[in-house]
Amino acid sequence: MKKIGHFLAASIIFSAMSPVQGHAGDTEVKLGVLTDMSGIFSDANGKGSLVAAQMAVDDMAGQLAGFSVHVVSADHQNKPDIGAGIARKWFDEDGIDVVLDIPVSPIALAVQSIAEEKDKIVLLSSAGSSDITGKACSKNTIQWTYNTFALSNVAGRAMVERGEKAWFFITTDYAFGHALERDATAAIEAGGGKSLGHALNPIATPDFSSYLLSAQASGANVIALASSGGDMQSAVKQAAEFGIQAGGQKLLGLLFDVTDIKALGLDVTKGMLLATPFYWDRDDESRAFGQRFMKIHGRAPTMHQAGVYSATLHYLKSVAAAGTDETQAVLEKMRETPVNDMFARNGTIREDGQMIHDFYLVEVKSPSESKGEWDYYKVLSTVPGEQAFQPLGSCPRLANKG
Amino acid sequence: MADGHSLALDETGMTVPAENSGTKRLHVMIMIAIALALLAAPFFVYPVFIMKCLCFALFALAFNLLLGYGGLLSFGHAAYFGMASYVSAYGAASWKLPPELAILSGVAVATLLGAAFGALAIRRQGIYFAMITLALAQMVYFFSLQTPEFTGGEDGIQGFSRGFLLGIIDLASDRNLYWVVAAIFMASLLGVYRIVHSPFGEVCKAIRDNEPRAISLGYSVNRYKLTIFVLSAALAGLAGAVKAIVFQLATLTDVHWSMSGEAVLMTLVGGVGTIFGPIVGSFVIVAMQNYLAGLGGWVTVVQGAIFVVCVLTFRDGIIGALAKLIRKPL
Repeated sequence: MKKIGHFLAASIIFSAMSPVQGHAGDTEVKLGVLTDMSGIFSDANGKGSLVAAQMAVDDMAGQLAGFSVHVVSADHQNKPDIGAGIARKWFDEDGIDVVLDIPVSPIALAVQSIAEEKDKIVLLSSAGSSDITGKACSKNTIQWTYNTFALSNVAGRAMVERGEKAWFFITTDYAFGHALERDATAAIEAGGGKSLGHALNPIATPDFSSYLLSAQASGANVIALASSGGDMQSAVKQAAEFGIQAGGQKLLGLLFDVTDIKALGLDVTKGMLLATPFYWDRDDESRAFGQRFMKIHGRAPTMHQAGVYSATLHYLKSVAAAGTDETQAVLEKMRETPVNDMFARNGTIREDGQMIHDFYLVEVKSPSESKGEWDYYKVLSTVPGEQAFQPLGSCPRLANKG
Repeated sequence: MADGHSLALDETGMTVPAENSGTKRLHVMIMIAIALALLAAPFFVYPVFIMKCLCFALFALAFNLLLGYGGLLSFGHAAYFGMASYVSAYGAASWKLPPELAILSGVAVATLLGAAFGALAIRRQGIYFAMITLALAQMVYFFSLQTPEFTGGEDGIQGFSRGFLLGIIDLASDRNLYWVVAAIFMASLLGVYRIVHSPFGEVCKAIRDNEPRAISLGYSVNRYKLTIFVLSAALAGLAGAVKAIVFQLATLTDVHWSMSGEAVLMTLVGGVGTIFGPIVGSFVIVAMQNYLAGLGGWVTVVQGAIFVVCVLTFRDGIIGALAKLIRKPL
């Protein structure tokens, strides 16, 4: 009998915890930042993503008379079932209109299909799978910041244009690594360069020496690291120990964040090349945003966090312009208005949900060039958005339309 | 102790069953209470949340069947859970199987996998047994990582529809799906109860407590161990397959070793070797993961603190402690 008591008590507590429902089409705009607050992505996303969303809400407060705007956040703990569960509950019970950020592609893909079912909006600034706007594309999802295709394509194009034509890859042996290598290889071959080969490292390898030695011996100008997170960091550290850069070969990271540079230090990363859609110290507008963000959060904004700000701002502007938070009306406004802010210059949202904007090839400064704590990059070249992203066409929804 | 039976507790804290009519009546009452709670719950609590708890409760029940009643600590239950989840998701997504067939195919694969892994693992005992199950489960993990055509690699399988049960019941409605999941859960719970209290279950417990003695009594110990191993794997597979349909999602998390760890934690928090412990344990853990998600980075800290408290104060788990208190096996 004790059991019933427990259940009743639990039921009462849980039902008391679910707040009053809100609906699309009312005057309450609710944004949910679904992110990793405690795991490996909490540096590049985490609390900073929430800060960025809140900054955008504060900036738009004056233009949204008649609407009340709230931001909530939750930690998906990098577990897809928790992430999907939170999103489902947000849509069903908490009246959330938009889900933002979402590091890790499996969670983003799961939330994307739930949002389509419930007719809500997802603005992804952290998940990078090309499938999000490819075979899994949805009319309610916009991939804001980057995808793996754009990163490898931009790095490949920009480097070949600078005459760095012979590449060698150190690729982490899983689908993500292979996708990065494939897309980068296609880009360099299109520009007349070629790949001299690759070394495959198993995921979470502690020792990169044999891969680095074969890369060194390959005679390539560019050694590209097709990996991320811990694998990328170990590879970069050990490359410095092997004197790869000192020997004249260029090291290129295909997915690297400004917070990774902070973690590894300029001594190890100096001279590295990478592609990114955002660097806080690039122009006046991005600098103003970066400094404001640093004041609140204490660290420079990553491309993901900048993406959250930009996406939130554009969404709220569209709500103000449409005069409603009804999903399809807002999405239509978002698509017809170009994105102009500290993140994107004349960005456009393509039919498959890809936000098209410029990318930059940057080089990491040496410790002597760096003037401040977050002064890390030299911008070498700009790749315009229409060249950066994959061609339209892999989205089945658009193919069916004819 | 109303009826004067003594209840012995062995050194692992597992209750040695002293069956009597009082205990049976209590168990029947608890079963009825659980059934009533399942009937009432969706009117109070968000149904998707309860379904998640029920899936993990099934998973913990499966693990506990093996550890609590077979005395075998498997550290690789994620393999059966995850593989079944992949197979049922793949069936629903690519072959457009109806949900009942998707779930059954998941269970079938988990059963076969359990038979193969079990046959290898039961040749060793204790820590070696646990390590063999872990190693085999890691092979399943790397298999899943390296076969993106089947598992979707790091992206997993998503975005398939839940479908119609038996062609008529629309599972897209959370309520409908809830009744199905609750029925599966209740049937499995009764099934586990039956297994544990059957002559077969008694022999398993005898083997758990003293294997040489069971051998000397003429029991073919390995056959019993393998059978309970396969039953446990099949039940873990059922949990995984149902979870895949509920969340329309199967990913690497399901086959990762930390998923095996979660089954261990849920069972320990609830109480090893108790029928109802794993259920309570899984509700506690899942509720923590879901309702603390708003705390951000503090989730793991709070979780850790709760575990420390549990280990220090309820060595036998919540239900284990309760069973000691009322001096009846639960």
